[in-house]
Amino acid sequence: MQYLLLIYSNEAEFSALPEPELTAIMGDYGAFTQSIIASGAFKAGDRLEWASTATTVRIRDGKTSITDGPFAETREQLGGYYMIEAKDLDEATAIAARVPGAKYGSVEVRPVFAMS
Amino acid sequence: MSQDLDQVYRLEAGRVLATLIRLVGDFDLAEEALQDAFASAAEQWARWGPPVNAAAWLVGVGRRKAIDRLRRRNLISRKQLDLEMAVAIETQIAPWPDGDDTFGDDMLRLIFTCCHPALGVDAQVALILNTVCGLSVEAVARAFLAHKETIAQRLVRAKRKIRLAGIPYETPGPERIEARVEGVLAAIYLVFNEGYAASSGPDLMRGDLCREAIRLARLMIELLALMLLHDSRRLARASAEGDIILLEDQDRGLWDQGEIGEGLALVDRALRAPGYPSPYAVQAAIAALHARAGHYSETDWRQIAGLYEVLARLLPSPVVELNRAIAISMVDGPARALALLDALAARGELDLYHPLPAARAEMLSRLGRRDEAIEAARAALAAAKLEPERRLLARRLAILSG
Repeated sequence: MQYLLLIYSNEAEFSALPEPELTAIMGDYGAFTQSIIASGAFKAGDRLEWASTATTVRIRDGKTSITDGPFAETREQLGGYYMIEAKDLDEATAIAARVPGAKYGSVEVRPVFAMS
Repeated sequence: MSQDLDQVYRLEAGRVLATLIRLVGDFDLAEEALQDAFASAAEQWARWGPPVNAAAWLVGVGRRKAIDRLRRRNLISRKQLDLEMAVAIETQIAPWPDGDDTFGDDMLRLIFTCCHPALGVDAQVALILNTVCGLSVEAVARAFLAHKETIAQRLVRAKRKIRLAGIPYETPGPERIEARVEGVLAAIYLVFNEGYAASSGPDLMRGDLCREAIRLARLMIELLALMLLHDSRRLARASAEGDIILLEDQDRGLWDQGEIGEGLALVDRALRAPGYPSPYAVQAAIAALHARAGHYSETDWRQIAGLYEVLARLLPSPVVELNRAIAISMVDGPARALALLDALAARGELDLYHPLPAARAEMLSRLGRRDEAIEAARAALAAAKLEPERRLLARRLAILSG
């Protein structure tokens, strides 16, 4: 099965981190990404720009509205994602638990809709 | 349903469903098949009387009904997937779990799946009562003083999540089991409390919840005993190179006496409980007899053979019969055991199960029929898949041929 790991964290806290800590976290991400590439679980993954750069698109009554910001203001923001291949939910959550962001934010695990 | 069948349902529905889910790989389909099987039972048992083993009969009929349903569904939907599922179920070789030292039993699989932490606690409790305990949606709703629709909706959502999120239908591995057992116990306690809080009321259904919780907790204790006694041998079961060491060659000094003591106390308690022993209690009692033997030659094979006979009645499976035959060989000698093994082989259910030819090889060798023993040992090696098993069988083949 394919799962999307959505990495949420508090951007304000994250951007206030001192430089050495930030470097350490990036190093952790590099190592984690390499490990799931090596194990074959990795399908895709990216870090996202800050939520303040987000734009939301809706169509209502046939009219497209484009607004600033993410869909909802929350304490934690979507900051990156991985698309992985895993046998089942237990394997997927085990990989999610190794995402560095799980330690200070949270990782949502969502199965990818299977077309049949 | 008649009174008798109702009784069978309450006792066996959980176990039959647990096995059907494993066989057909889908909760909903397994539940439909279970209902079909009980509908057939209502018709046929009234006419011909109940079969000797109700659970095995229901699993067999349920499995066929699931295949029928998939084939019918395929005629309407023309979905290749339905057809593939039907063929997959039909061509399963041995519909029985293998190995006697795996505690990956179906009932346990079902309990752990129902209590997976990815499901909400409310959903876990409703699932356990509905599937493991065999309570109807109405009964679960009455027990929780909830609307039938609310509970039905909760169950549908939980089962959908199990399927779509890929919650595995299995007992968690040793690295995860401790945390998961805690979750199961928490859910059982919730079931109990729900009943206990209202036990002064006139509603009998709520008192039933306490009984169900106690039954589940007993089951967990028996499972714990079984796990402790099997796990106590872990260090002695493999060499540093990862080779399998058979029971007769194990260094019993490596057995974990702490785990054995705990396991033995639990087995004694489980066997003293009123009513029929559960299959887990019997399996744990067999493990206890091995644990009590200070040396392989002191093993009480007569009792072990007797317990396998009890187990074969409670939980009939060709794997249990195979183990019983091996125990009998230690009491009555290899000739009688070989006859049982040959009868088992003739039924073809264990065709691809390497312990059967391996046991035949052992009996033939003890009877001095060397050529036939070598032939059986070769068949065992050809059927084995795991590397350590292959190495063990290759070593034994070499000794026979040498």
